[in-house]
Amino acid sequence: MSKTDKIDIDYVAKLARIELTEAEKQTYSAQLGQILEYFDKLSKVDVSGVEASAHAHAMYNVWREGDVPAQPMSVEKALMNAPAKRLNQIVVPKVVDEA
Amino acid sequence: MSDIAFKSVKELSDMLAKGEISSVELTKVYIERTAALDGKVHAFLFKDERLALDGAEASDKRRARGETLGALDGIPVALKDVIAVENQPLTCASKMLEHYVSPYTATSVKNLQSRGAVLWGRLNMDEFAMGSSCENSAFGPTHNPWDLSRIPGGSSGGSAAAVAACFCACSLGSDTGGSIRQPASLCGVVGMKPTYGLVSRYGLAAFASSLDQIGPFARTVQDAAMLLGAVASYDPKDSTSVNTPIPDYAANLDSNWLKGKKLGLPKEYLPEGLDTQVRAAIEKSVEKCAAAGAEIVEISLPHTELAIPVYYIIATAEASSNLARYDGVRYTHRSDKAKDIVDLYYKSRAEGFGEEVKRRIILGSYVLSSGYYDAYYLRAQKVRTLIRRDFEKVFESGIDAVVAPTSPSAAFKLGEKMSDPLEMYLNDIFTINVNLAGLPGISVPCALSSEGLPIGFQIIGKPFDEQNLFSCAHSCEELFGMRGVLPNLQ
Repeated sequence: MSKTDKIDIDYVAKLARIELTEAEKQTYSAQLGQILEYFDKLSKVDVSGVEASAHAHAMYNVWREGDVPAQPMSVEKALMNAPAKRLNQIVVPKVVDEA
Repeated sequence: MSDIAFKSVKELSDMLAKGEISSVELTKVYIERTAALDGKVHAFLFKDERLALDGAEASDKRRARGETLGALDGIPVALKDVIAVENQPLTCASKMLEHYVSPYTATSVKNLQSRGAVLWGRLNMDEFAMGSSCENSAFGPTHNPWDLSRIPGGSSGGSAAAVAACFCACSLGSDTGGSIRQPASLCGVVGMKPTYGLVSRYGLAAFASSLDQIGPFARTVQDAAMLLGAVASYDPKDSTSVNTPIPDYAANLDSNWLKGKKLGLPKEYLPEGLDTQVRAAIEKSVEKCAAAGAEIVEISLPHTELAIPVYYIIATAEASSNLARYDGVRYTHRSDKAKDIVDLYYKSRAEGFGEEVKRRIILGSYVLSSGYYDAYYLRAQKVRTLIRRDFEKVFESGIDAVVAPTSPSAAFKLGEKMSDPLEMYLNDIFTINVNLAGLPGISVPCALSSEGLPIGFQIIGKPFDEQNLFSCAHSCEELFGMRGVLPNLQ
């Protein structure tokens, strides 16, 4: 978390699964560098012995009773926004290579 | 009929009950006013006049039979375009969801429907609720009804502008880091973020799940209290929903609340360099509260300044995870240039997301990535604990409510801060602490600047103590004399 750390924009864009243009890479690198430098304030805070808060209030896992869930969404509803569909299924580019 | 549009929900509700106006007549007032003036404001992304009038007719028929579903029966309410209504579009102001239609209805909206409210249109916002100016909408910005060359605030800019412009009786927005209170402040209306867990998030498109809350916009505190009372409920479909009693906030408002109460004024919220008009407005408002019998106590929330890095780490981390679902496969924009399935993700997301959303997903992916998780995300969660404890200590010391500015300045010009994301982020300094601590907060208009722009007074309450927060805000509203002060939009 030091100011010398340069963000590896190609690696992070890969994690985010977003294709960036060269111009975007330059802009985002510069802006994120500036933002991360500002974030450096946090490194100076003493957090020893402080618990991390995932939520503002204590949250516990909620278990469903052993009942049958409410009416599931119909196939028609579940597919109504699909960009491509056929035979009640979403069509995607081929995932598995031929042997 | 033209002055009907400016009335409060309470006044309209009374008129409907007395038969002085029908819901269809009222709905037509808003439909016509919106048609005449929204070309200038651009608060709405979607309007369905027929659907609204159907709802209004159903309400009128109930009343004709001597039945009513309560004070909101027949009242036109508009929704931020992030809250799902079955068979209506939901775009989150993003190209990614430009053609999406909701297959189900949000619990908050079901609650409104069960109380007879008329659903009237969907409102503009920053894309996926990321922004403080409404300029990040993929469908063009909303303009502030007080000055069309200025931003309405964000991310719920459309919700604030529609209420200020009197295009609806009231509206719902969502607040992750100030997205209700800040635009309410900049548009001169009341905007309220409830305690985290009070309103169900089921059917709210997620931005940062540990921070997001739905809340009301209205022209009076009483109206906001009515609307919150209608939408809040325990919901088993939201695992963060809290089962707590929901009192009739509006009926129990205490207009003498301030007498004998302690208001904490945090010194960190009136820093050096704060806009002089905002400072003057807040100081004058605090004096009015003191004159009404409140004791003003200077307090300190020492971790305030750290809220910006903490918020922008936690919110972007959660967003990078939440927005992974927009992958071009099941219900979003899909690129037609993809070579294979992985390329489909990259290209669909590149084409579907706007600049700020990409920036935040990338930042969030970075702070969660291997080697940086402890330094950024985990550390931010720990400092979040310190920020929450600051408020706990203040309330434990006997402070009844914390008062502060809502926004560091009045509405700025469109385009003024678009080139510098960090400067835009710093704009959220007075609101994000409240989300990180999970507290309820409200913005009440307190003054107009010399340019005639509204300035908001923020009140922060104890968790799940919305009743006292509303009573405080209601008492302040009476002192500030801004109720009914609306923009002259023609």
